[in-house]
Order: sequence, then structure tokens, then C-alpha cells
Amino acid sequence: MDRIPILKLGGALIVTIQVDMHDRLAVALEEDLSERIVRTGARGVLIEISALEIVDSFIGRMLDNIAAVSRVLDAEVVVVGMRPAVAITLVELGLTLAGIKTALNVERGMAMIQARLAEEDADGVESAHGHREE
Amino acid sequence: MAIARSERLPIRSGDDVVRVRQITRTLSVEAGFGLVDQTKIVTAASELARNTLDYGGGGEVHCELLHEGRRKGLRLTFEDQGPGIPDVEKALTDHYTTGGGLGLGLGGAKRLSNEFHIESTVGVGTRVTIARWKST
Repeated sequence: MDRIPILKLGGALIVTIQVDMHDRLAVALEEDLSERIVRTGARGVLIEISALEIVDSFIGRMLDNIAAVSRVLDAEVVVVGMRPAVAITLVELGLTLAGIKTALNVERGMAMIQARLAEEDADGVESAHGHREE
Repeated sequence: MAIARSERLPIRSGDDVVRVRQITRTLSVEAGFGLVDQTKIVTAASELARNTLDYGGGGEVHCELLHEGRRKGLRLTFEDQGPGIPDVEKALTDHYTTGGGLGLGLGGAKRLSNEFHIESTVGVGTRVTIARWKST
């Protein structure tokens, strides 16, 4: 079965969705990502969706679920790279992705995640949380 | 009104939903839709195809490229022989769902289309027709 690759960069995981999402792929991504968050102790997850031609309520719900599961596992999801036409359509559809952080592009999304990591480092949370590298 | 092109596709699996999106995209490009209009009709098609699959137990879609005078448009008809919708008004309400979805499918598809029509009979099935015309 196809799987969406998950890359690790410092304390963050990066996912680029390059294919037309279907049910099995969405379920596999949720599972893989949760597993990787736990295994690596990642505190941030960047999901890049510039290749997605549409976001319907199915994909919206998938993004929402991933964000909720990640939050429970102490990682923050930032969705980046949404196409303007997709954003316009999404709002008209009635989806606002209120539970998900978004950023315009990868650079700004990574900055958001880095800021969270730096803040927690300063608080000494990182040492208490411990390092769980692969 | 002339029908320039017409396609029928089954909706039996998640992969079929992807195919419905692809054919809708192709036809909306042929109709000369701009990128935002393409995205809206493809998203509406995706919502309705998923409804046909999840709630109607599968069915089919009829996609038509329309010419009416100088204007071009797209009409999509989704049909299933599923359980039908007892209360169509309620089903059109945002966030109303019986299947664990977000409940935005029907109402959302209606907002993304210029024309929307639904007929449903309990025990017989459901037919949803949407149309979108090229913005001028």
C-alpha cells in the first residue's frame, strides 16, 4: 500500500502531501504520524499541502483528527502551503479548520514550530521531557 | 440547451471518488472555468460523490458539459438506490450528520454550486443535481 513519507528535522516532523488523498492513505498517515511522534518525541508537525487541488470535508476532517491526536501526544500541527483557490472554497464549504494552526509557507510554519521549541527550552521543559531520538 | 459532452462514472469505492474529481476537473477546464470556479465545482463533486458512497451505498454520477447560448457550464447528477433521506431539509443543515462525517456535504455542495436540486425517497434512493456556470 502507498504511504506518505514522514521526514524528521530537528524536533519537528515534516509531511508533504503530494498525492490525491483517499481513505486508506488518510488512515495510514494518521497511524504513521502518531507512531513517529511517540518514537521521536517530536514537538511539532509540519504538513505541507501545496500540491492539494482541493480540500473537501473528508480531508478537512483528516487534518483535524491528525491535529487533535498530535496535541494529545504533545506535538503541535501546522498546516502550510494552502492554495488560494482552496482557501476560498474551504470557507464557502463551511470548513474553517478552527482547530488547526496554519502558516503561509514552510518557512513560516517552521518558524512557528521553532518558536515553540525555543520557548519550552527556555522553560526547561525540554530537559524534563527528555530526548527520545531514533 | 446543448450537451457538448457527457460522461457516466460508477461510485463504488474511494478510488471512484478520486476519479469523479478528475473528470469534473477535466470538464470544468473544457468549460473555461477559472481556477476558483474549478476548485469549487470539484470540491462540491467530491462531497456529493462521498455522500453517494457513504450514505447511498454507492451509485453513479452523470457529468455533462453544457452550452446555453454563449455560456458554458457543468451539470453533475449523483444517483443512488440507497435508503433515501427522510428529512431533506434537516440533511441540508450544516453539521447535521448520521454517518460520523462533518455534516457539511450537502449544504456545502449547495453553497458551492449555482443550481442545486435534490430528490429523495425513503427506501428508493436519492438524486442530487448541481450545476455551475462559468462566471463572466
